[in-house]
Amino acid sequence: MTEATVRDSATSAEKRVPSADLLEVIDLTVRLPVEGEVRSVLRGVSLTIGAGEALGLVGESGSGKSMMARSVDCLLPPGAEVDGTIRFDHGDVGSLAGKELRRYRNQVAMIFQDPRAHVNPVRTIGDFMTEALRSNLGVPAAEARRRAADMLLQVGILDSQRRLGQYPFELSGGLLQRAMIAAALLTEPRLLLADEPTTALDVTTQAEVMAILDELRRRRHVAVLFITHDLDLAAAVCDRTAVMYAGQIVEVRSSSLLHDDPLHPYTAAIAAARPDIDRTARRLLAIPGHPLSAFEADPDQCAFAPRCPHALDECRAAAPELIELDGGLSRCARVRELRGRLKEGQDA
Amino acid sequence: MPETAAEAILEVSGLRKEFGELVAVDDVSFSLAQAGSLAIVGESGSGKTTVAKMIVGLEQPTAGTIVACGRERSRPARSVKERRLRAGQVQIVFQDPYTSLDPHQTVEAILDEALRLQHGWPADRRRARVLELTEIVGLDARQVRALPRALSGGQRQRVAIARALAGEPRVLILDESVAALDVSIQAQVLNLLADIRDETGVSYVLISHDLAVVRQLTDEVLVMHRGRVVERGFTARVIDDPREEYTQRLLASVPRPGWKPRRCDPL
Repeated sequence: MTEATVRDSATSAEKRVPSADLLEVIDLTVRLPVEGEVRSVLRGVSLTIGAGEALGLVGESGSGKSMMARSVDCLLPPGAEVDGTIRFDHGDVGSLAGKELRRYRNQVAMIFQDPRAHVNPVRTIGDFMTEALRSNLGVPAAEARRRAADMLLQVGILDSQRRLGQYPFELSGGLLQRAMIAAALLTEPRLLLADEPTTALDVTTQAEVMAILDELRRRRHVAVLFITHDLDLAAAVCDRTAVMYAGQIVEVRSSSLLHDDPLHPYTAAIAAARPDIDRTARRLLAIPGHPLSAFEADPDQCAFAPRCPHALDECRAAAPELIELDGGLSRCARVRELRGRLKEGQDA
Repeated sequence: MPETAAEAILEVSGLRKEFGELVAVDDVSFSLAQAGSLAIVGESGSGKTTVAKMIVGLEQPTAGTIVACGRERSRPARSVKERRLRAGQVQIVFQDPYTSLDPHQTVEAILDEALRLQHGWPADRRRARVLELTEIVGLDARQVRALPRALSGGQRQRVAIARALAGEPRVLILDESVAALDVSIQAQVLNLLADIRDETGVSYVLISHDLAVVRQLTDEVLVMHRGRVVERGFTARVIDDPREEYTQRLLASVPRPGWKPRRCDPL
């Protein structure tokens, strides 16, 4: 896909009226029982994804990014306490059960980090790929197999008939992840939840799998929630990127602006902490302390304040709201003062 | 790459490893100077981890020699004394800090044991050195008395580094040692490793797939592909001006600002 079309689709995504949102998450708070105590993992998260839009969700461990995908796919563990609303195509997801939940899951597919942990090792690739088509959608076996073979071709697996008869252990990690993507797309979902889908892959394989995912989602107009710890990877394939910290969204920004003009000090800090392949830093700009999980954060102050080089007393006095600025959102009380200075400050 | 065999602290030549029919490592040679830092870069199956295991003594080479501190170590040690001697020369820090520490020992006990085995020092001397080591890697008094499960991934990796340093090795093998860490913690540990090298003169062999980390921590690099070294040179030169097609492809796959993923040849 050319640069021009990429830009066009991004523009149309920005112009899209709110009613066209495919997924709406409104003020989602999730608490989980851990070792006898109830801990919050998500704290008032709101986000929207338009039809065919790719939204990146970036964060470190414990930020809650994977819990977002699990919440949307109704895969939270038993005992989870959920407040807030998730709407898919204007319907409430929280109240779904039985047949309706299965129908919803055909429209929302998930791709995981480790394909081997999410595939039955004693069933063939063909069985795995056609299962949802046959049992949920009632597609006859021969037709399901034909569609699966066709989809394998689309993810660049040319000898698809042979692959359908193979077992997971016979495929490399990159091939298996492509087969997982093909399987996820078979039910023609409208939303793909991709949780670190390339983290376990080699870098050249990652580039390949990301290119395939990007191409297919544009061609088939599938919306994607792309979860990763890699800011640059998210920016490469997503229209907008949301950054999470301690169970909250701290920034939402057009991906093309995120690296060079971040709105939140945390985004600027993780971009600066990462070693740069194009130059050797005398010293890396490490962030002091360690990333907080949602339950460790003080709810009455900015969660990033203890590690933030820009934090003032006001940041420790109250928890900041998301503030709209320059077409983005930032959960920073000083966002207007720091506007345009965050990248600069890191370089100095 | 400069060949300074005379002052080399680690000298590897003609290293080969076969697993049955498969040639995992084929004719790998390099030398590492004191306080030098060399990266072995490659993807899965390149043979980079097998090279690391052979240097530490966890795999035996099919052919070739490994000489550390003037001592041949390509065959298994015949005595406990010889094994300890080798352990005092080369140590390794693994990728996963969650599985490489004894869950039943406190940080203090882990380091104390390493010092006792390696040096046989009396308790008070060991206690003093445990404090020094934990200070070098930035662990506080509470963390020193904690069990590994009470520590974060970055803190555990600091313990693993301190334990490796306990034997006062001349060479530290870093086998993807920062790959599993969050970006904010990874920067802390990379800075720490740079400081330790400056202060102690220890040499590093970094096994990594991450070219940005390689650039930050090493002076020289070997690029491995399917068991063979396909390119070598100063790290900045190889990354800025890769000459081999495989290195170019590897570099083109690294996400960076403005990067777009591209499909390669179909399989």
